[in-house]
Amino acid sequence: MNVRVLLFASYADALGADALQVDVPEPVRVRDVLSVIQNRAAHAVPPAPLVAVNAEYADMDRVLSPNDEVAIIPPVAGG
Amino acid sequence: MRADLVEQPIDVAALVAEVASVESGATTVFVGTVRDVNDGRPVTGVDYSAYAAMASAELTRIVAEAVARFGTERVAVEHRLGALTLGDVSVGIAVSHPRRAQSMDAARYVIEEIKKRVPIWKREHYADGTREWVDPSRAPHPVTTQIP
Repeated sequence: MNVRVLLFASYADALGADALQVDVPEPVRVRDVLSVIQNRAAHAVPPAPLVAVNAEYADMDRVLSPNDEVAIIPPVAGG
Repeated sequence: MRADLVEQPIDVAALVAEVASVESGATTVFVGTVRDVNDGRPVTGVDYSAYAAMASAELTRIVAEAVARFGTERVAVEHRLGALTLGDVSVGIAVSHPRRAQSMDAARYVIEEIKKRVPIWKREHYADGTREWVDPSRAPHPVTTQIP
């Protein structure tokens, strides 16, 4: 299954992109997508970052559907 | 009840007026502004960026939680994105309530939750010309990774 992953801030800088496409065999969990990103990221993305699916925080075992919007969230600094 | 991301200067007086009511005896305002130093380093400006769809959704959820917990609909929040300079208002929160304890507690709740949850990032510009993404969860230390 093809999953689009949004990147921001320090992670986007480290990976050189605002978004990446990853292809993962189903069933796809958040942790599976994260593994692919971490393999490409050479330690720029930590082992357990915050992740969002469809604009809400999600845990690692969340199973993804084909049009889900996944985002890896660097440490937030709002306010 | 309102929570918005904005790209123009925040009008704090307007936020206060927005929540005003003859039913409210207490209005609390929190104004976050850009400081001139962070972790001992002189700051010259900041860029705020966001995962906009989720930041808006999360801001709205936080305000809805405050409304439910503290018993007032009169909560208005704006967080600014883009390039800000020293002293600029990054976030404005206004809450009114019949009673002061709930008014102040609601404003505090909102700012604390914003800082914990909302996907907004801050890239600080320093006097030495470097720029760095701020990670509030890191303890201060003398050498940090710099993104040029």
